[in-house]
Amino acid sequence: MKLDAKVPSGPLADKWTTYQDHLKLVSVKNKRKFSVIVVGTGLAGASAAASLSEMGYKVKAFCYQDSARRAHSIAAQGGINASKNYPNDGDSDFRLYYDTIKGGDFRSREANVYRLAQVSSNIIDQCVAQGVPFAREYGGLLANRSFGGALVSRTFYARGQTGQQLLLGAYSALMKEVGRGGVELHSRVDMQDLVVVDGKARGIVTRDMVTGEIKTWAADAVLLCTGGYVNVFYLSTNAKGCNATAAWRAHRRGAGFANPCYTQIHPTCIPQSGDYQSKLTLMSESLRNDGRIWVPKKQGETRAAVDIPENERDYYLERIYPAYGNLAPRDISSRAAKRMCDEGRGVGPTGRGVYLDFAEAINNFGEDVIRDRYGNLFEMYERITGEDPYKVPMRIYPAPHYSMGGLWVDYNLMSTIDGLFVLGEANFSDHGANRLGASALMQGLADGYFVIPYTLSAYLATVDQKAVSESDAEFKDTAQEVKSRIDGLLKVNGSRSVDSFHRELGNILIDKCGMSRSEEGLKEAIGKIGQLREQFHQDVRVLGEGTNLNQELEKAARVSDFFELGELMCYDALERRESCGAHLREEFQTEEGEAVRNDAEFAHAAVWEFTGDVSKPQLNKEPLTFETVKLATRSYK
Amino acid sequence: MRLTLRIWRQKDRNDPGGLQTYQLDDANEHMSFLEMLDVLNQHLIEKGDEPVAFEHDCREGICGACSLVINGVAHGPLSKTTVCQLHMRFFHEGQTITIEPWRAKGFPVLRDLIVDRSSFDRIMQAGGFIDVRTGAAPDANAIPIAKPTSDLAMDAAECIGCGACVAACPNGSAMLFVAAKASHLNLLPQGLPEKARRARAMVKQMEAEGFGSCTNFAECEAQCPKGISINFIAKLNRDFMKASLFPQGGGGKREA
Repeated sequence: MKLDAKVPSGPLADKWTTYQDHLKLVSVKNKRKFSVIVVGTGLAGASAAASLSEMGYKVKAFCYQDSARRAHSIAAQGGINASKNYPNDGDSDFRLYYDTIKGGDFRSREANVYRLAQVSSNIIDQCVAQGVPFAREYGGLLANRSFGGALVSRTFYARGQTGQQLLLGAYSALMKEVGRGGVELHSRVDMQDLVVVDGKARGIVTRDMVTGEIKTWAADAVLLCTGGYVNVFYLSTNAKGCNATAAWRAHRRGAGFANPCYTQIHPTCIPQSGDYQSKLTLMSESLRNDGRIWVPKKQGETRAAVDIPENERDYYLERIYPAYGNLAPRDISSRAAKRMCDEGRGVGPTGRGVYLDFAEAINNFGEDVIRDRYGNLFEMYERITGEDPYKVPMRIYPAPHYSMGGLWVDYNLMSTIDGLFVLGEANFSDHGANRLGASALMQGLADGYFVIPYTLSAYLATVDQKAVSESDAEFKDTAQEVKSRIDGLLKVNGSRSVDSFHRELGNILIDKCGMSRSEEGLKEAIGKIGQLREQFHQDVRVLGEGTNLNQELEKAARVSDFFELGELMCYDALERRESCGAHLREEFQTEEGEAVRNDAEFAHAAVWEFTGDVSKPQLNKEPLTFETVKLATRSYK
Repeated sequence: MRLTLRIWRQKDRNDPGGLQTYQLDDANEHMSFLEMLDVLNQHLIEKGDEPVAFEHDCREGICGACSLVINGVAHGPLSKTTVCQLHMRFFHEGQTITIEPWRAKGFPVLRDLIVDRSSFDRIMQAGGFIDVRTGAAPDANAIPIAKPTSDLAMDAAECIGCGACVAACPNGSAMLFVAAKASHLNLLPQGLPEKARRARAMVKQMEAEGFGSCTNFAECEAQCPKGISINFIAKLNRDFMKASLFPQGGGGKREA
């Protein structure tokens, strides 16, 4: 596998603009001769599909939801970063870039991250022009707040539903283009495989989720904007339908999968309440602006939170990380919470929880101000737990939330398969080993609005490929493979439900490949996952037919891919014999439990190649070089 | 918790469908309503019966996928709450719960509790956008917007497009949805140039999709999980009327 990142030469700050100036263009009248497939309609997919259609390309967009507006970007709460420096607190492109690269523990590609910071301001402009109702000050200008891992206020937000508002902006642009006839949109259609012709991505195979019809689609390029894979853990903050199938099937067709072990466990989620639990609910990290996190000093404390006096509380983030305090980055905050609970100082019925307390903020600013900032989050918390956070502290615990790993892409966002581009959370490029808050929305929209329109055009302007059609052998063969796979799942007729297998897989992964990992645990997990995968294919029960709406069948196909991906995550975590960002290897930590990086041996992206045998993936490495920053020990103290 | 569940089962678009009764003995008050259905489905699978199909995705009350009428009320008994955020502590031991899909001409049933809401997308395609191209935007702070105006636009923008308003309306009207979507954009200075065209085009498409007319029952507001106010319907009526009376007033040619 050849890994050429194609990073342009020149000084870091000029790379993108100089590169843009010299990229090949497709002429206005030739654009409509090219067709592009966009899979997924979240921030990355909707913004890409709309922008490419505006430019004149023929776009076909696909989503598994009933409406493009429901893609999981919609659930992002807190905000979106941009280096506008409206608050005049010293922010700049460089600072946003530096915070992101440091936040990622120096495991991301410098040039991509700098470009992300550079286009961040354009995103805010674009969204406001679309009618995104960001929070404003009384003077009528945009408001900002601070977020984890930053010392400046650079986060734009729309109540607690920034993701919905940004997605509605991108979705409205997409609807505009669908109405105009530039985009053909297929909802309730699930991508099942990638069609590769002469080594280039030329189409996809889909399943219509209402009729079960298996169909093929040909194009000149394919964009995967299919989100992340933390539903591999079963319990996560992702929507129930989020899945890795598109990315995994592309991987099996030759796309390198980078850093699969980098999965973010978000610190502020509502703790699990029982075995029936279907998902974990995130409470926006923005709550840490005003909430103070603490646990009782005493182990096995039984008093209610309000009865525990101030001097018997341990505000552990403020104590351990005085500079950043409650705004310490996600990985660090999550691990600290786990340590507190491991010490027996966790709170709530399960002992897996810590307090997030607003008493002081309410005292300082008044309940109205807090309600204005977080009203809908407080309501959501009360609905789920039955407790009123204006009166008693919230209980929170970390939960799988985001995958920094994903399909490897070069500077142009192209994978190791020519013509297959990967955008947003589905790729690996910008967040390294840990993502900072309010950066996912930024990356999704940066890729879709401001990167792919340039890099895809350059690809289409220069690529030399023959015309293909859905009647070609490659399309028919791939569709046949999909049909066999689906028939196979229906034929097993075993004794266990899909969910029961998925839960068991999730338990193995969260235990052995979650917030901390060890060689012994990972080896054990690999063995168990392999056995469970065999059992799944011999004993899963999928009722009904393939020719109509069948939710169990949809799940079964996804879980079967999660098994393979879960195993690869363990191989990756095992191979990375260091701790960095969200990846903590128990063998490589300080006495206080802080990560110990090994730059001499592991300053690279680990890119896995599918060999035909799930249990024998081939490792390739893209060395990460840093021209502008000095690799420092990441300290938030 | 022991519950008796009467659930709408319908194989596909053409099947007449009907209510079926199930007993569930192991629900508990901390479960969400959808988790209760998950538990029922696991039991059905164990028995070899096909599970109940229902729409859901984020389970955080924001994607707008979940769509159940519970005992005659869209999204169930708790106000300003989607089904996925509704917990079983709001039901009692031994209760009989009737669960049906959204029912409206504009939302045909696809299977069991799942309906086709693509009509909403088509209404948006008609005018639910501001026509700005990527890269053509001025600086975000170039146009100040008074906070009360921006907040009001945000109130409208909170609509999650679930369709509860339609399910709640005795007329099967989609006016609250259309009003929320049109008002969000019509209130903002960025949306003004297309205000008249937008009002006309979205209302026209709404009517073409077979939704009924608004006669001010206000059931939509009562059952809306985001508490969208029917004041926006008044605003849409005003925008639409103005656009119809003065077709040249900022909207170009008459289209409706």
